[in-house]
Amino acid sequence: MNMSLTHEMIKEKLDAQFGDRILSWEESYGMPCFTVKADHNLKALSFLYDDPTMGFQFLTDLTAVHYPDRKGEEIAVVYHLHNLKENVRLRMKLYVPIEKPDVYTAIGLFSGANWMERETYDFFGVNFIGHPNLKRILNVDEMDYFPLRKEFPLEDQTRIDKDDEMFGR
Amino acid sequence: MMVEQVNIHLPEGSIEKQTTTLNLGPTHPATHGVFQNILEMDGERIIKADSTVGYIHRAFEKLAERRPLNQITTLTDRLNYCSAPLNNMGWHLTCEKLLGVKTPKRVDYLRVIIMELSRISDHLICNSIVGVDTGAYTGFLYVMQYRELVYEIYEEVCGSRLTTNMGRIGGFERNFSAVAFQKIEKFLEEFPKVWKEFENLFNRNRIFIERTVGTGAISAERALNYGFTGPNLRAAGVDYDVRVHSPYSSYEDFDFIIPVGTTGDNNDRFQVRNEEIWQSLSIIRQAYQKVQSFKGTEADVYHADAPEYYLPAKADVYTKMEALIYHFKIVMGETEIPAGEVYQSIEGGNGELGFYLISDGGRTPYRLHFRRPCFIYYQAYSEIVKDTMLSDAIVTLSSLNLIAGEMDA
Repeated sequence: MNMSLTHEMIKEKLDAQFGDRILSWEESYGMPCFTVKADHNLKALSFLYDDPTMGFQFLTDLTAVHYPDRKGEEIAVVYHLHNLKENVRLRMKLYVPIEKPDVYTAIGLFSGANWMERETYDFFGVNFIGHPNLKRILNVDEMDYFPLRKEFPLEDQTRIDKDDEMFGR
Repeated sequence: MMVEQVNIHLPEGSIEKQTTTLNLGPTHPATHGVFQNILEMDGERIIKADSTVGYIHRAFEKLAERRPLNQITTLTDRLNYCSAPLNNMGWHLTCEKLLGVKTPKRVDYLRVIIMELSRISDHLICNSIVGVDTGAYTGFLYVMQYRELVYEIYEEVCGSRLTTNMGRIGGFERNFSAVAFQKIEKFLEEFPKVWKEFENLFNRNRIFIERTVGTGAISAERALNYGFTGPNLRAAGVDYDVRVHSPYSSYEDFDFIIPVGTTGDNNDRFQVRNEEIWQSLSIIRQAYQKVQSFKGTEADVYHADAPEYYLPAKADVYTKMEALIYHFKIVMGETEIPAGEVYQSIEGGNGELGFYLISDGGRTPYRLHFRRPCFIYYQAYSEIVKDTMLSDAIVTLSSLNLIAGEMDA
């Protein structure tokens, strides 16, 4: 296995390319992880895809996280990328406000992003600008809220006001 | 007497369609699960396919946000239910990575045995179903008795068969019994002969070869772009295997090859899975030997020393203070887990099964996301079956091994 692409190299190249648009950098459990300004997601993904030394051409995973306490940047969109040749994984994050959760779609780079973005939209309401078919995928079309957001807690397990003989509660 | 033929009169303003819309699914025997394809057909040729998923979405990611780590194992069972122990082990590995629990070698090897057994049972179902969908039911019924034997091994190890909820953070709930080892030996001895027969039944069958060669193909480039992993990606010629690229559970101690195909068609997928079964058998033999080589007290090790997360023995709970405390903390879900973000993936039956776990230091995950290989590669289906015959699309559906439970989470 060739490990010539080090985490330091990734950091240096990203810093040189994007400067202060890279908001933070960390390593968590061996995986390099950086935060980029929300409107630069596609530029960062394209750079990581096209740059010959980076070569992050495999989109492993795409999802979102809701942090209600982070005012003005409540929704985090998380990409997991993989350079299969060098076998290096990378996590990219960006934060968008919940009132206007707009990011650019990555379908142009990864066909596989299609359903992953639809799923992220379905559960968090992230609006992927440029997505050809941004509609719900796992939930019913009539649903008018985004269920994985934190304002929808699960039912209290200890509630006693419900008399539901049919299901034995 | 001549009867005058009367044409059906369409309502005013309606357009006569030249194509037929066909609903394949959501509940059709050939879909092997609950998902739908709305096909636009020109005769028997598919000109457009539109996939609908989500019929059995069970909100696992939301449910996981209120459950302590050990209660999430049951959710992972229900992802790819053809190889539940693989999902269980993947989840335990994720927790161990976050918690910093180091498992002993014997535990790793026992896990490898179980993971490879479930890979075999997963591939066995997939390939025999490909047979069923091409008109050969015999193979399916013939090899099913060995899936049964694998399930008996699960039963010996953890007490259940399909949704296994096997193992714990740090190891297994109990040591493998002598019967479990006997059954593994029986499997290693008898199954290869049966699988050889199964292979011959198909590889020397002209109908099967003509149905599968050249149908449902996807190029390596498209497969990568679609995020394919596992046997489906390897069939297209890319040798990506999580067991080799990011070894876990001591896979680096084993000697095996990654089979690859060339064209990514139905036959290549079938052959790659066949060869993976042989490789898995070889890995199980190696692991079994390694497990047998432990002597003395080492031969009784079946879990890591992680008292905070691993449920203590009942005898200790009654006699020791610490054990009693940990017992209550674990059972009541009151163990606080360290804050952090981990991504751990394993080579599941269908490809890279990933767990992205975020903890904020509470008792339950703040967020848990499953990377489900099935969900990601199924979106290529409409591209693969475009301009093919309906009967080929059915074979493609089964050779991709689509598991609705894994797609919908």
